[in-house]
Amino acid sequence: MVAAAHDVVVGLVVGIPVLVVAVGAGVALRFRGRGPASAVPPGEVASDVPTDVELAAGAEVARRAEAPVPEAPSGTEVTGAPEPEARVEVPEAPTYRGRLGKARGLLAGYLGAVRSRGKIDATTWDDLEEALIRADVGVGATDALLDDLRTRVRAGEIGDPDALLDALRGDLVAALDTPRRDLTPPGSARAAGDGDSRHVDVWLFVGVNGVGKTTTLGKVATRLTAGGTTAVLAAGDTFRAAAGEQLALWASRSGAEIVRGAEGGDPSSVVYDAVQRAAARGADVVLADTAGRLHNKANLIEELKKIRRVSDRPPGKVTEVLLVIDATTGQNGLAQAAVFTEAVDVTGVVLTKLDGTAKGGIVVAIQRELGLPVKLVGLGEGPGDLVDFDPGSFVDALF
Amino acid sequence: MFERLTDRFEGILGRLRNRGRLTEADIEDVLREIRTALLEADVEIGVVRTFVGAVRERCVGLELSRALSPGQQVVKIVNEELTGLLGGETLRITYASRPPTVVLLAGLQGSGKTTAAAKLARWFKQQGRNPMLVGADLQRPAAVEQLRVLAGQIGVTVFSEATDPVAVAQAGLAEARRLGRDVCIVDTAGRLAIDAELMEEVRRIAEVVSPDYTFLVIDAMTGQDAVATATAFHQTLALDGVILTKLDGDARGGAALSVKEVVGRPIAFASTGERLEDFDLFHPDRMADRILGMGDVLSLIEQAERTFDEGTAAKAAAAMLEGRFTLEDFLEQLQQVKRMGPLSGVLSMLPGLSKDMKQASSMVDDRQVGQVEAIIRSMTPAERLDPATIDGSRRLRIANGSGTTTADVNALLKQFREMQKLMKGFSKGGLAGAMGGLGGMFGRGGPKLSPTALAELQSTSDLAGAPGGPLAGLTGMGGLPGMGGAPGSGRGSARATKGGSSKGGRKGKGGGRVTPKSR
Ligand SMILES: Nc1nc2c(ncn2[C@@H]2O[C@H](COP(=O)(O)OP(=O)(O)OP(=O)(O)O)[C@@H](O)[C@H]2O)c(=O)[nH]1
Ligand SMILES: [Mg+2]
Repeated sequence: MVAAAHDVVVGLVVGIPVLVVAVGAGVALRFRGRGPASAVPPGEVASDVPTDVELAAGAEVARRAEAPVPEAPSGTEVTGAPEPEARVEVPEAPTYRGRLGKARGLLAGYLGAVRSRGKIDATTWDDLEEALIRADVGVGATDALLDDLRTRVRAGEIGDPDALLDALRGDLVAALDTPRRDLTPPGSARAAGDGDSRHVDVWLFVGVNGVGKTTTLGKVATRLTAGGTTAVLAAGDTFRAAAGEQLALWASRSGAEIVRGAEGGDPSSVVYDAVQRAAARGADVVLADTAGRLHNKANLIEELKKIRRVSDRPPGKVTEVLLVIDATTGQNGLAQAAVFTEAVDVTGVVLTKLDGTAKGGIVVAIQRELGLPVKLVGLGEGPGDLVDFDPGSFVDALF
Repeated sequence: MFERLTDRFEGILGRLRNRGRLTEADIEDVLREIRTALLEADVEIGVVRTFVGAVRERCVGLELSRALSPGQQVVKIVNEELTGLLGGETLRITYASRPPTVVLLAGLQGSGKTTAAAKLARWFKQQGRNPMLVGADLQRPAAVEQLRVLAGQIGVTVFSEATDPVAVAQAGLAEARRLGRDVCIVDTAGRLAIDAELMEEVRRIAEVVSPDYTFLVIDAMTGQDAVATATAFHQTLALDGVILTKLDGDARGGAALSVKEVVGRPIAFASTGERLEDFDLFHPDRMADRILGMGDVLSLIEQAERTFDEGTAAKAAAAMLEGRFTLEDFLEQLQQVKRMGPLSGVLSMLPGLSKDMKQASSMVDDRQVGQVEAIIRSMTPAERLDPATIDGSRRLRIANGSGTTTADVNALLKQFREMQKLMKGFSKGGLAGAMGGLGGMFGRGGPKLSPTALAELQSTSDLAGAPGGPLAGLTGMGGLPGMGGAPGSGRGSARATKGGSSKGGRKGKGGGRVTPKSR
């Protein structure tokens, strides 16, 4: 920071409390009529003693678990029986359209109307705009998509509503379809390290509070384990109450080992310990949970950067940073994606809760603005409710 | 929350404020921009249409007023419509004549129900009630555990058992009765509005506990889907209100407007941070004021009143006036102000500050505050009382002790010296002089602050120096600049410019809003 700017900041830190005391004093005088401007106490109700413990907001954890919850350990602890024959059944993945189908009615209405009018007129554009906005695609991306189509209609390239809808579908699919959608195969770090078995891939799961990070991690663990990959789970959310218990449940469901730290402990060191453990065992990948954090909290973003740095220390190597975005998220999703990408170099997006009525159109804007590919989609709360992102079916579901 | 919407309106309407006449094209321009701003703030598109329609209708037939310019009139209309849309007034809880008052929380997965339940319990405790929590989210093993941890921090009992959610709710209510609790809060599992089975389950929970208040918990980051969700929950549960969570993020929170409009029930509470105390009644009219860039001074005042510990604040005020405000006093005040929320947020609640000022304040984050604290804590008591004794070697020791650099220590000492000079201004020129000085102090720091920012701050301090005592006029800042209320004429006239024709529920705001606490 420039010296001058730093001075302003320190000035503010010093000035704001003073200003507030002054305002408070003013208020006390004015509204309680306690007399002239001599030393008059501003406050009247002593607040409760503040707790130093901060509590995670939006704390929602995995449901429908059958397995018992292990006791909370103190200090870093490794649990889970990595028996080679402990094969986990992955429930059949839901069909994408089947799940999404429930929510199709709304937009289908607009697009049906567009088709049935037989010609392209002002109402056509209004309907398309409304359909896209309702899907949370956002004003900016919607305008850009439609402006482009307008030009093509004017140029005579597109003649009727059917062609227009096909073109729109094509544009959306093209925007979302990038070869970078595939997850890095676990074990890449080892391959890159000349087959040294001590190298371990690290996948970080990041995002704001309550979007489905832990659940997605659990689903990914289930999938990887079933495919013969050895994963170690790192309980990097040491902050929210009962977050470790939640992940421990997913560990026992998926048959993966879990490394936990003390509640309130340093998340980086939990991930570090997990990497050490994975290297010693010759595991392929560490799946690291992180506490939910709002992207506008500078200190929490700094903490995440540190987690990433520490995870990248040999033998660890970060090969995926998955940003989890809830499909109900509106335009704020773009700011989330921008900040997390800038801070920890996100490699892909996981779009969760698409089994609800929300469309998740914000990923169109995220892809357009930041070039971030969507890699996975969450379609429910069960271990098998995870599918690879498919632009075609996603866009069809919008329509 | 809503900040960028505020900026947006400031941008559009700032232009209008300065113009004398309003053409039809002007109106369409403004409406177009308002529409975009609202959509970008995630207000549902149907609600946006209604809103824009209402504003247009009132703008077109606008009878030109003598007191206000057309632009000012549009500001006023938008403000009134926005306030109307957000809901007329703050929810007032009516307690059941036969206790306990039962509160049921429902919502989507991840919206923040469990945390909200604990926060609500804390809030009721603060109102002098004796609440109990019921953990009816049995789908997630860690959910009840989470609730217990949170409840433990505020000393509230949790009831739960491993049966089924409906049975737990029923037994929980019976337990609350047995223990003589007067409020019983039921937390439920997250569910999708289209999950028929789970919606039926929550309906049955409501049936057995017959809640006095059923709240839908909604994430402020929610997009267009908020309406579908709220409608479905409302159909199943007949909602009484909404709890809006994660407002400490930078989402503009348009979902609040949408939900209020389609459900026709107020936003009852707002959750604004990760700490259990970051939770309060939602103030719709203040929020609209804030959208229009007036600053939410009333919220600040209320928060200040509640947060400030009388003893230390009195001591600090006295110390300030007598010009012997030490680093020790400052540290104490800093703790108090921190309880009100992030420093940058506190400053943005002060009205009359320009974007530049706010921008500058957004540079302050918890880390820098922590640094300042660490530096002071690394000083000996004697050093805190008399910083002049801090020489080079002491500086180095303090820097090492606090994990900072001597430059950081120097910066703090320098700024504190400036502040002490200012305090002297306090006792001489009243707050007006002091605040002018404060503006100058920020201004010297660098090129970040424009002359207009300083002028604004200066005019704010002029207000503060208005008749009625050196500090009293401060509250006059509640007025919209240039909206009719003469500067310094106090809250009465400033408020009067918005009264009358608004959608109702705006009565009784004169003094009532400032002192709502039950003592
Ligand atoms: N319907 C549905 N629910 C989901 C999906 N993914 C996660 N959830 C639910 O959303 C809620 C939050 O999920 P978590 O995995 O705890 O979210 P998180 O991001 O780890 O939350 P924090 O750690 O508290 O920030 C839980 O109730 C999950 O069961 C999904 O794809 N569909
Ligand atoms: Mg989690």
